[in-house]
Amino acid sequence: MNTRSTPRVLAAALATAVVVAILSIKLNAFRDFQIAEIAIYVTAVAGLTLLTGLSGQISLGNGAFMAIGAYTTALLMLHLNWPFLGVLVIAGAVTALAGAVVGVAAARLHGPYLAGATLLLGVALPNIAFAWPGVFGADQGLNVVYTAPGFLGVNFPLTRWQAWVCSAVALIVLVLLANLGRSRIGRNWRAVRDNEVAAALAGVNVAVARVRAFVVSATCAGLAGALLAAVTGLVAPGAFTITLSIALLTAAVIGGLGTLPGAVWGSLLIVLVPTYATDVATSHGLSSSVASNIPVAAYGVVLILVMLVFPQGIQGGVRWLLGLFGMTSAKKTQMKEGTQ
Amino acid sequence: MVEFLQFTLSGISFGMIYAAIALSLVLIWRGTRLLNFAQGGMAMFTTYIAIEVIYHTHSYWAGFVIALAAGVVLGAVAELVVIRPALGKPELNAVIITIGLLILLEGLAGVFYGGQYRSFPAGFSIVGLKAGSTALGVSRFDVFVAAAVLVTTLLLAAGFKYTSAGLRMRAAAFNATVARLSGIRVARVITVGWALAGLLGALAGVLVSPATFLYPNSMDTIFVYGFTAAVIGGLDSPVGAVIGGLLLGVVLNLATGYLGSQGSDLQALVALGILVVVLMLRPEGIFSGARVRRV
Repeated sequence: MNTRSTPRVLAAALATAVVVAILSIKLNAFRDFQIAEIAIYVTAVAGLTLLTGLSGQISLGNGAFMAIGAYTTALLMLHLNWPFLGVLVIAGAVTALAGAVVGVAAARLHGPYLAGATLLLGVALPNIAFAWPGVFGADQGLNVVYTAPGFLGVNFPLTRWQAWVCSAVALIVLVLLANLGRSRIGRNWRAVRDNEVAAALAGVNVAVARVRAFVVSATCAGLAGALLAAVTGLVAPGAFTITLSIALLTAAVIGGLGTLPGAVWGSLLIVLVPTYATDVATSHGLSSSVASNIPVAAYGVVLILVMLVFPQGIQGGVRWLLGLFGMTSAKKTQMKEGTQ
Repeated sequence: MVEFLQFTLSGISFGMIYAAIALSLVLIWRGTRLLNFAQGGMAMFTTYIAIEVIYHTHSYWAGFVIALAAGVVLGAVAELVVIRPALGKPELNAVIITIGLLILLEGLAGVFYGGQYRSFPAGFSIVGLKAGSTALGVSRFDVFVAAAVLVTTLLLAAGFKYTSAGLRMRAAAFNATVARLSGIRVARVITVGWALAGLLGALAGVLVSPATFLYPNSMDTIFVYGFTAAVIGGLDSPVGAVIGGLLLGVVLNLATGYLGSQGSDLQALVALGILVVVLMLRPEGIFSGARVRRV
């Protein structure tokens, strides 16, 4: 990522956009929904992979930021009827603020202590919905009505429009993060991750760098939450469980921690493997409790195997393959850097 | 005042369960510098085994003992099969493997036993005890829960302190390289640590399930609070794990008791509040040694 120049990033993003557009038209509504789902995960995981991979801070609570983004979206759309684009910006801003608050509190914490604090944040925060049922709708949640714009015609499938919106946001976020990672800010993150004292001696403000990373990852999660609200049409505490936060970290590590393509691989894996396994299980005519749980077990096995076979995540495996075919010589130095 | 006593006493019983989970996490942390997210899942699985044994033998104690034995086996097997190959790789890999293990165990429990809630028997009467005419808010079983965890903890502590195997474990946790040089098989010590952690987890599972029911995700919350307790106490400190568990159990129970129906929804927020206060004052837990971070 650090040697890749802006034109190459833009070209990759555009190519992906074209592929997604074609896929969304060719595939059915359910697949369109999955494209949207993957794009939502990519948005959230991309922020987390920078936080954990570049600045070295673990977060098991990014689901909480998704909840903040989603509830902000639902409230603005319900009560003020704002257009989605405006809502998206505000949702991002609100979660950025929340990320700053959490980041300041977290800047002193390390390793498992940070993991524990963020995990509990992820578990606890959605419960605020129960404290003010009048505002947040408690268990039932809030309904969000999101429609495709009129100029596309009445017959334009909503899921396709959702897939487009989510993918567009995900790609824009990826391009921005790729630039950020290569900038002075990204370099400071790496410096802080590798050696805090050395970074401080070299003039990096360690606390600011760490908080900044939290703000960026929270904003990404908030945008993802806003998209989730628009796609699923329902914002309820049940959507933001510990499982979600853990899935985000899992996707980041499985894909290849600290790499943006890795965020895409990881998101593809955590969305597609369970669905694929369910398809296989039901097509073999297994009883429902078995059929619904075999995919879960299979997903667990896949996580374990990927980590054992590709210690650097899927992106590490991809780089190794590219290196095998001598695609680029620059890749090899990147891989060495990535392992630190 | 009576209410306060009741909430505190029943909080101690829950706190000891958090303490057992916290202690199992500390055991693994000291050996492998790794957070075992599968700890709750392993406990859930061994409790299902206990249910099967109790169903077939009609003996609570047979189920109890076999669950603990299964915990030992599961802990050791997990370490040998999936964790050991990942040690020495990037830190988070092993953590993701434990998450994979958790998901695998929850899936398998669903395949074998279905997703429905199962009730789990208590080993003693769950009728509330009384001192004179005042209800104490705890039952014989609650007393057993606290006593069982306490005795296990004390046995472990004595084992660490007075046996040569315990000395080896402490040496390996203190400095693995030096321990290895002085002839300790550190790898074996780590496996034993996982086995003991499995035992503690299994104990917690059997003890908590009469109150929570048993289903594939039933230990998720318990795990989160056990983890919180370990973080509050300091992940290097077994004493801290027990104190952290008790503190969390009592405060959460007081909050739930006094806040009424809203209390159980807000329990996690209260726990977060405690954790934030503790970590603001001591970023590495209450019982962390005053150690300077290595640079």
